Amino acid sequence: MTAPISISLEVNGERVDTYVLPRTNLADFVREHLKLTGTHVGCEHGVCGACTVRVNGDIVRACLMLAVQANNASVETIEGLSDSGEIADLQAAFRDRNALQCGFCTPGMLMAAQDLLKQSAEPDREKIREHLSGNYCRCTGYQAIVDAVASTARARVGRAS
Amino acid sequence: MTTDPGKRDGLSVLDRPNSYIGKTVPRPNLDRLMQGRGLYVSDIELPRMAHVVFLRSPHAHAKIISIESSTAKRMPGVVAVVTGPELAAIITPWVGVLSHLKGLKSAPQSAIATDRVCWQGEAVAAVVANSRAAAEDAAEHILVSYEELDAVTDMSTALDPATPVIHASLGDNLAFERNHDAGTVDQAFANSDEVVEAEFIFGRHTGVTLEPRSVVADWNPAEARLTIYQGTQAPHMVQNIAALHLGLKESQVRVVCKDVGGSFGIKVHIYADEMATYALSKLLRRPVKFVADRVESFNTDIHARDHRCKGKIGVNRDGTITAFEIDDLTGIGPYSMYPRTSAIEANQVVNLVGGPYVTKNYRARARVVFQNKNVMCQYRAVGHPIACSVTEGLVDLAAMKIGMDPVEIRRRNLIADDAYPCASPSGLRFEQLSHHAALAKLINMMDYDALRAKQAVLRAKNIHCGIGIASFIEVTNPSAAFYGVGGAKISSQDGVTVRLDAQGSVICQTSITEQGQGSESLTAQIVGSVLGVSMDRVRVILGDTDNTPYGGGTWASRGAGIGGEAALQATKVLRKNILDVAATILQSTPGELDIVGNSIVNTSDGAPRIELNELARIVYFRPDTLPPGIQPELMATRHFVPREYPFAFTNGVQASWLEVDTDTGFVKLLKHWVVEDCGTIINPQLVDEQIRGGVVQGLGAALFEKCVYDERGQLTNANMADYLVPMSGEMPDIDIGHVVSPTLETELGAKGAGEAGTAGAAAAVANAVNDALQPFGATITEIPLTPQIILTALGRI
Ligand code: FES
Ligand code: FES
Repeated sequence: MTAPISISLEVNGERVDTYVLPRTNLADFVREHLKLTGTHVGCEHGVCGACTVRVNGDIVRACLMLAVQANNASVETIEGLSDSGEIADLQAAFRDRNALQCGFCTPGMLMAAQDLLKQSAEPDREKIREHLSGNYCRCTGYQAIVDAVASTARARVGRAS
Repeated sequence: MTTDPGKRDGLSVLDRPNSYIGKTVPRPNLDRLMQGRGLYVSDIELPRMAHVVFLRSPHAHAKIISIESSTAKRMPGVVAVVTGPELAAIITPWVGVLSHLKGLKSAPQSAIATDRVCWQGEAVAAVVANSRAAAEDAAEHILVSYEELDAVTDMSTALDPATPVIHASLGDNLAFERNHDAGTVDQAFANSDEVVEAEFIFGRHTGVTLEPRSVVADWNPAEARLTIYQGTQAPHMVQNIAALHLGLKESQVRVVCKDVGGSFGIKVHIYADEMATYALSKLLRRPVKFVADRVESFNTDIHARDHRCKGKIGVNRDGTITAFEIDDLTGIGPYSMYPRTSAIEANQVVNLVGGPYVTKNYRARARVVFQNKNVMCQYRAVGHPIACSVTEGLVDLAAMKIGMDPVEIRRRNLIADDAYPCASPSGLRFEQLSHHAALAKLINMMDYDALRAKQAVLRAKNIHCGIGIASFIEVTNPSAAFYGVGGAKISSQDGVTVRLDAQGSVICQTSITEQGQGSESLTAQIVGSVLGVSMDRVRVILGDTDNTPYGGGTWASRGAGIGGEAALQATKVLRKNILDVAATILQSTPGELDIVGNSIVNTSDGAPRIELNELARIVYFRPDTLPPGIQPELMATRHFVPREYPFAFTNGVQASWLEVDTDTGFVKLLKHWVVEDCGTIINPQLVDEQIRGGVVQGLGAALFEKCVYDERGQLTNANMADYLVPMSGEMPDIDIGHVVSPTLETELGAKGAGEAGTAGAAAAVANAVNDALQPFGATITEIPLTPQIILTALGRI
């Protein structure tokens, strides 16, 4: 165990200057230090996707990244994406389609889905299924999630045209 | 397709104007979960809270010679290192048996092993520290010396005289045996045109809830009260058990259950490490938090389904099934789980095999044996996937033998829809099922004949697709017959309290719990509909033993059927009480008034008379304006438990359409259909999503999921990279249809729907794979259907 290291980063638009142990991963950092408990931990080994957050605009598995690696970075969590309204339509589609049951996968799932929708305007079902394949959901069987993402994509394209 | 229960005169309380029953409405409170503002146990922090990490045995079976923890105790942040004998002074051991499972035996189990470990993963010491990381660091400095003992791992030799006995005091490794013999089985087989036999093998798998098991136990010595925050399906059961073993009264234990990240039966049991956490809080006089990591989850969350089942079916050339016989063997680990026991799954297999079919000739033996592997117990659809796969596998083998279409043989043997009430060969009573209507609907939905034609075309191009059908029955709405009669303090009744608040909104407290099924929603839908208020005026409180009526919780597909009926009955009383006081206020009679759209209205012309908030204002703040002697009761409680039928059976049928790559052994699921009859549907979307989620869990079992143990009892794939779960890319779209046969035992008419998907999915897939492989003469009766199994059957490896 080595001494805490100073880091400074932006989390959901707020500046954070603090000290962390070098071994602290980003998921534990946002949950335990910043109390942003919307980022969930399901496996701690990079498989389930529950801990998905955005770092400098790209989605990453927060359990596989050390907090010190986020030094100088901009980190966005589900709390940030919710409060900014960026995914309000996607969340509404999840609600209408009951695309969550226990909700434990949902923050990570929304992160991954928004990432896809930013890359690809109107992904087909197969593409959606493929993009979400790193996010495990034990409750829904995925179909409702795919439906919700597809309908959000359609609505966004409609709005843009 | 709706069957009229025919018992209700005129408009029932469910078809009132603006009823939410049968409508898809969004679940209340989803925003909280979608915005990351839920409160799962892993999110909870309390003042002075410490974290516990368990040091677990690396051996499947060993004597504990010594535990040396002095270095660990001096590590920074460490509060205590506690061993089994030390904790035994705080919490007593338990034995997972129930008296109605005759002959079931098990050995006493302790919160932390005292002198011997019986599976890899059993806790030998607890390290409590001010952070989980500090506790983990310290755990690495505890030295345990073990003397390894022979591990019993293979269930098929567990009963051999040469195999060591795990618990000497029990005499042998047999936990439970049940035999059943109905009709004239030998004669039926002797007179059958054909008899087909097969052995069905089921991999041990587990629940993999995305949120691992977690608990925060908070003993407050000043109040002499223990508060347990736990993601459990059965808070009152946890309250009872914790109190019993800690020497407390139930009133000294409160169980609070906020958001739960998936349960599926994994979180309906009492685990040793949870008991240890309660005890540690009491010992250390402060809150203690335990959150399992993923490796611990694989090693200690109950496993399920490890079965080998020999099956035999007799059939005549006209397709008549003459008899079923099974011999089932299952290994449950070293202890029967507490308090529900580990004999229920095998018992269910005996109950359910052959259940959809007419024949009365049925013989079964089930044996449950101990092993030095992780404990096994009830997981979603307990026993159903085994019984369904064996039954439906045998039916398909029989059809193949006599050259009959799989749909046709089912048509000829499924119990007729007008034959109810009747009983199964194992003695289960069916009130009303709809196998034929369900099958007809399924055939129509999937366009069976066109699909068969397509299959033939593809076969000619060397593409091997298969169609698999599986009919099933499901146990729902269990009465006291499930656990209570065996002596378990697990309530089969549920209670609901509803009250009108001072602004005309409704607060509803229910003893059923929410893990994402939609318990909160269905309760609000029923209360809103029966009372005549909009759902946004109904607030549902659940998951708190201090603040809800006493009841069973949510498991065995009971929430809607039992908790929903209690909600309906309680709301009827509240409605009557409101109309009584309204009549007084309006100088009318209750019969001339109704509640519609949050207002008291005239029954005759629907004209609004008084808003509920105005009525509440008068009752709560100006009772002086009511006539003398009038004391309105704007709060009502009702409980419900099924009495007539021990279980409300549901039925359904599933179909799978898939492609087998005969070069690689990979299976591609192309489509899946389910037709299901759960009686009255409260919210179609919730029912459909329960079914879809359940199907996908069954598909995981069919193709991927297996806990792989080596011969020394080591679990070799205890992580999510090596234990495969279904991900979105491999899963098909699932079409769902319904037949509706309400149970007449309740006014609501709802039966359960939580397990139907899981019950039949694997059977449908296995039958489809065998259908695809027919040209190769290969038959597989083992799941998961991995590429290796398929290529082996094809003789390719
Ligand atoms: S917790 Fe990070 S991927 Fe599972
Ligand atoms: S909703 Fe429970 S894991 Fe996805």
